[in-house]
Amino acid sequence: MIPTIPEAAKPAPEPTTPGVRATARIAATGRGGATTLTALDGDGPFELRRLRPRGNEARVIVVGAMSAPLGGDRLRIEATAEHGASLHITSATATLALKGATAAPATYDVALTAGEGTQLHWLPKPLISAVGSDLRQTLTADLARTARLVLREEQILGRAGEPPGRLATRLVVRRGGRTLLHQQADYGPGAVGWDGPAVLADHRAIGQLLIVDPSLEYARNPPRLLAEAPESGQALLAPLAGPAVLVTAVARDGLRLRRLLDTAEAAVRGPGG
Amino acid sequence: MHLDHQDGFPERHTYSAAAPVRGDGTRRALRIGLGGPVGTGKTATVAALCRVLREEFSIAVVTNDIYTREDAEFLRREAVLPTERIVAVETGACPHTAIRDDISANLEAVEDLEESVGPLDLVLVESGGDNLTATFSKGLVDAQIFVIDTAGGDDIPRKGGPGVTTADLLVVNKTDLAPYVGVDLDGMARDAKAQRGELPVAFTALKQPDGVKPVADWVRAQLTHWTTATA
Amino acid sequence: MTRAALLVLADGRFPAGGHAHSGGAEPAVRAGRVTDSTSLETFCRGRLHTAGLVAAGLAAAAAAGHDPLALDEAADARTPVPALRSTARKLGRQMMRAARASWPSAALDALAAARPRGAHQPVVLGLAARSAGLTPLDAAYAVAYENISGPATAVVRLLSLDPFDATAVLARLATDVDRVAAAATRAADRIPAEGYDALPAASAPLLDITAEAHAAWPVRLFAS
Repeated sequence: MIPTIPEAAKPAPEPTTPGVRATARIAATGRGGATTLTALDGDGPFELRRLRPRGNEARVIVVGAMSAPLGGDRLRIEATAEHGASLHITSATATLALKGATAAPATYDVALTAGEGTQLHWLPKPLISAVGSDLRQTLTADLARTARLVLREEQILGRAGEPPGRLATRLVVRRGGRTLLHQQADYGPGAVGWDGPAVLADHRAIGQLLIVDPSLEYARNPPRLLAEAPESGQALLAPLAGPAVLVTAVARDGLRLRRLLDTAEAAVRGPGG
Repeated sequence: MHLDHQDGFPERHTYSAAAPVRGDGTRRALRIGLGGPVGTGKTATVAALCRVLREEFSIAVVTNDIYTREDAEFLRREAVLPTERIVAVETGACPHTAIRDDISANLEAVEDLEESVGPLDLVLVESGGDNLTATFSKGLVDAQIFVIDTAGGDDIPRKGGPGVTTADLLVVNKTDLAPYVGVDLDGMARDAKAQRGELPVAFTALKQPDGVKPVADWVRAQLTHWTTATA
Repeated sequence: MTRAALLVLADGRFPAGGHAHSGGAEPAVRAGRVTDSTSLETFCRGRLHTAGLVAAGLAAAAAAGHDPLALDEAADARTPVPALRSTARKLGRQMMRAARASWPSAALDALAAARPRGAHQPVVLGLAARSAGLTPLDAAYAVAYENISGPATAVVRLLSLDPFDATAVLARLATDVDRVAAAATRAADRIPAEGYDALPAASAPLLDITAEAHAAWPVRLFAS
């Protein structure tokens, strides 16, 4: 089925002044125990660079050549790992959503596909929603049953000392064709209830760390709270209803959030991991 | 996909205590409720009943604490029954609701016990300490015991209320304290008789050896009636 | 069938176990985030537009006749926290008991047989609404309203809040309930074209994190 976008994250009507449209493609395949990059196609604001491989893992860094996305932009990154490939993707800088020349929202879609026996790491720098911006971000991961995924996402609502823009996000992870995780968020001016005591209260940095691994044992990953002190934020590591753990973290700012997620990452990977 | 739960339990056909048999046609356990004000000795009575009856019958207990799982913890600590035979139901600050108006959580606890540690002869459902009007729904229990004590004053039987007047057994506990709190036991017995007619009253002092005997004898009689009536 | 069945289903005294749950209000009160009727209102508004919208969408879809087991799986995917999945199933089992007694149907029997430990509560409620002859919008309303009336009632007990103030909060949120029930129903309408991904999946990080923390408290007034 073609993934569809719910109401909250629906693409805006065609802008009268079209913004940038760009789709970057990364593809990796496994050959004889090593990973070969079969596609590395940058586009628009996305410049892709190959990093030195680590073991059999191919490593790619996304370099943002522009301060995209601006209002009206339509940006997309597709990354595919096949035939036992091991693919690691990071970004060089934070993605900064800014107010554009048009009132139309920007869209930023990431589509990850991981075939049988592959490993895919998606570990970009934070996404910052600057004042006046309006961004709809989606991330869709389609995993084969034996694929392993490590995904880390951070959203910062507003640069230091400024109110946030509007940020609507949608995260869908499918495993073996069934939806394992589906989460949406809608923050900033125009969203309802987001800064109240049920959703974010005074936290302005939100993070997710998701590990999908068919070898993860449910019973060995009981829910754990990772921060007790309110000033350092709050984080929970919890098993999903499948072989996966999700860390949900909120903090006042990006620095505290990063520390929380680093702690969580160490906790999930365990000693020597 | 569903790692949270195991779908190992058979289908459930009944939705109230009205039916004396379970979905598979076997006789279910007799359910006896214990209610009464805070501190009168409900948990102590449950503990004493378990100690006296556990060799004769297969027993389990459901507690309804007001804001903790303390009663269940007490029973587990006292080792009156194996820990898997004691289950706590949470009542959201409203213990009488959970035994009378919305009994779903208690029914599920009872059924789960029958399935996990059954077959059972007897399930004791202990209410969280509440007021004099708190009674058990007939949808939840087959018979109920209302526990009051001498320390609460000798005018409680006279005041009546649904618990005192309609319970299948009224227990007046802590009779050993009567001289110290200036309570007239004969007067309590007369008032109870006036309120309850032929319904029985048991006077107990649980601190004394075999102090729970009158209650245990009554429960045995209920069990005999239950097995013969539903055989 | 009759619309009045909605009053039965949405009645706070419908014996389906809700009275023992605070919907995340107890940890919010403990953290000092809900202290009065104003903060109760912002708490409820946030819960309604996140967890409430998700639950209303599931209920509307079940009431529309979509596969309850697929919806149960969709509910799992939208509930990343074990404590909340466990609560939803517990309440679903209790709702199932009350629903089968009130509006017996083969569909309810089939779901009870397939999920004996309980399906997610909004799925069961939606199917109960369908068995009662109610519409998807009716089911969405029942769930959306329950989503805020539960915490409001709990906060009356937790803070000794004036019950008139708490009821006024619910009255002020009425148009929000309208919006959420309508959005949930529209989303369920899109399932035939778009699949179950059409259903809302709005998340509330603090509700998620604090639910798991609350489940570990040794002393608490409410089960969730």
